[in-house]
Amino acid sequence: MWDYTDKVKEHFMNPRNVGEIVDADAIGEVGSLACGDALKLYLKLDDNKELIVDAKFQTFGCGSAIASSSALTEMIKGKTLDEALAVTNQEIADFLGGLPEEKMHCSVMGQEALEAAIAKYRGAPVPTHGHGHEEQEGEIVCKCFGLTDGFLRKVIASNKLHTAEQVTHFTKAGGACGGCIPKIKEIIAEVLGEQKEEAPKRPEKLTNLRKMQLIQEVLENEVRPQLWADGGDLELVDIAGNVVQIAFRKACAGCASSGYTAKFVEQKLRDMVSTDIIVEEVDGQ
Amino acid sequence: MREIYFDNNATTKVDEAVFEEMRPYFCELYGNPSSMHFFGGQVQKKVDEARGRVARLLGAEPSEIVFTACGTESDNAAIRSALEVFPERRHIITTRVEHPAVLTQCRNLVKKGYRVTELNVDGEGRLDLNELRSAVDEDTAIVSVMYANNETGVVFPIEEIGAIVKEKGKGALFHTDAVQAVGKIPLDMPTSTIDLLSLSGHKLHAPKGIGALYLRKGVPFRPLLVGGHQEKNRRAGTENTAGIIALGKACELAHQHMDDENTRVKGMRDRLEKELLALIPAARINGGEAVRLPNTLSIAFEYVEGEAILLLLSEKGICASSGSACTSGSLEPSHVLRAMGVPFTCAHGSIRFSLSRFNTDHEIDTVIAELPPIIRRLRDISPFGRELLK
Repeated sequence: MWDYTDKVKEHFMNPRNVGEIVDADAIGEVGSLACGDALKLYLKLDDNKELIVDAKFQTFGCGSAIASSSALTEMIKGKTLDEALAVTNQEIADFLGGLPEEKMHCSVMGQEALEAAIAKYRGAPVPTHGHGHEEQEGEIVCKCFGLTDGFLRKVIASNKLHTAEQVTHFTKAGGACGGCIPKIKEIIAEVLGEQKEEAPKRPEKLTNLRKMQLIQEVLENEVRPQLWADGGDLELVDIAGNVVQIAFRKACAGCASSGYTAKFVEQKLRDMVSTDIIVEEVDGQ
Repeated sequence: MREIYFDNNATTKVDEAVFEEMRPYFCELYGNPSSMHFFGGQVQKKVDEARGRVARLLGAEPSEIVFTACGTESDNAAIRSALEVFPERRHIITTRVEHPAVLTQCRNLVKKGYRVTELNVDGEGRLDLNELRSAVDEDTAIVSVMYANNETGVVFPIEEIGAIVKEKGKGALFHTDAVQAVGKIPLDMPTSTIDLLSLSGHKLHAPKGIGALYLRKGVPFRPLLVGGHQEKNRRAGTENTAGIIALGKACELAHQHMDDENTRVKGMRDRLEKELLALIPAARINGGEAVRLPNTLSIAFEYVEGEAILLLLSEKGICASSGSACTSGSLEPSHVLRAMGVPFTCAHGSIRFSLSRFNTDHEIDTVIAELPPIIRRLRDISPFGRELLK
């Protein structure tokens, strides 16, 4: 059972501001039935169209999704639009005395709905993360939940996330098939501007012969088993200096994300063999 | 708050008679059955008696029962053994709706280069035996198909499956995870096609931490745990004597209560199902057209989410479980419901009630009274399915 705070339980049992505002000035919608949670947020503004005088919500989702929606509406009533936009998902979680980390995506959903509502009202592009909306920030990374890299970058940066698991807890990305986890790790590394950890296994100086042996070992022991797990495979075609030529097989052959997979192979070889390795995908038939 | 417990496919109450049976084997009769003194020997006799009781429930011989720590261990042992017995065979057949105790292991074996066929199910959770027929080949080491599904209660035609394995399999072994079926479905091993069968104590009113593997006489076996000579070298490790004795008693009681499960318990389940369908719009039974266990009801409510339903039921003391993503910490709805193609509108709002002989008609009445307003309340909060409220 989830360790919900009393405040989460209280807001779930007695949610504030449930319902719709018929003459709402702004409406923000995120999520879907397929995703397992969805939030529709209604805002009513004062005559100057600056202050939020009323906020209501409709939520499909678990206990913490309903509690987060309730908390959000309480927090933004009486705020100006700009003040409301400054509310972070962490503040929604804090308002509730914290959420289990696996449920942080509920607070993110609240913050997103708010942003969407205000952007739509102001006629700005709606910064959605891809749930079938017209505009998207960048390319889709997580196909299962339709999440873009722009959205993930924002959540990673604002919550200072360090691991793919945290990204899953905050956004759901990678939580279904897991196929995008290597890409999520790349994005984390880019966002945090961190160098990938130096792999301790990497030897100092290598003869060409030893390097070729090591490349083969890493492909056999580290890379191929991971590809098998997703029904894919690769074949080592040739090694010429630092250039490692591989051909994808089974599910990897013709897979739309084989570019990522090639990058993943390259990173693995750089970590474990030599930093100057370049991986080339060739047609090895 | 007194619990109204409808989560018996998750775990069951230890029957008081079972507890009394095991009680002396902690502080008083704590001897090791392997010891060469009277004090261990008397425990050995009681372990033998328990083995006989478990065997009787299956119609098996006592020597065909190997005690393990849990259903998961029995499942792991069965599959691992088959792969060691047939090192040249690289194919395993299972189903998409299997319990993780089998499915996770099979998926890990894929990473080791094994070929795994996961049989599909239809919208009611039923297998297509023709798919099985064409999947079994001379490379197949083991076919592992659950007897009854823990989430939906759908019962597979195990003997028909076993017959196909025997006909097409060139000696492939047939294993069934029967943890949900034992005690609810009569079993008779001498006339069965099953080679290995897993059962678990805590699903039939024995405590957690004890399970058994039925191993047909003559079926080759390689142990998962090696060490001492316990269980005739089939499972090393000092016996969980109290647990074994408890499991024996629980099996004896299960035998006596089997009719009750299939009449009174089934009657309560059927009434719960009928009343909920009548009172709640946009509800459907998962696996409702299939043969099901007498105690299990998996019911989907459109446009609401399972965890929220469970939390509100829990406020009323009612314990159930869900196929929803949010309860498990995973983000997708249950693999069983997805394999059945249950639409997302339903899968996230699926609730499982699993009954036992300790449930009463009064408890069923409580659920029938409490659940419809809970669904109405959540639909009132939900942005979807608002037409249902009119």
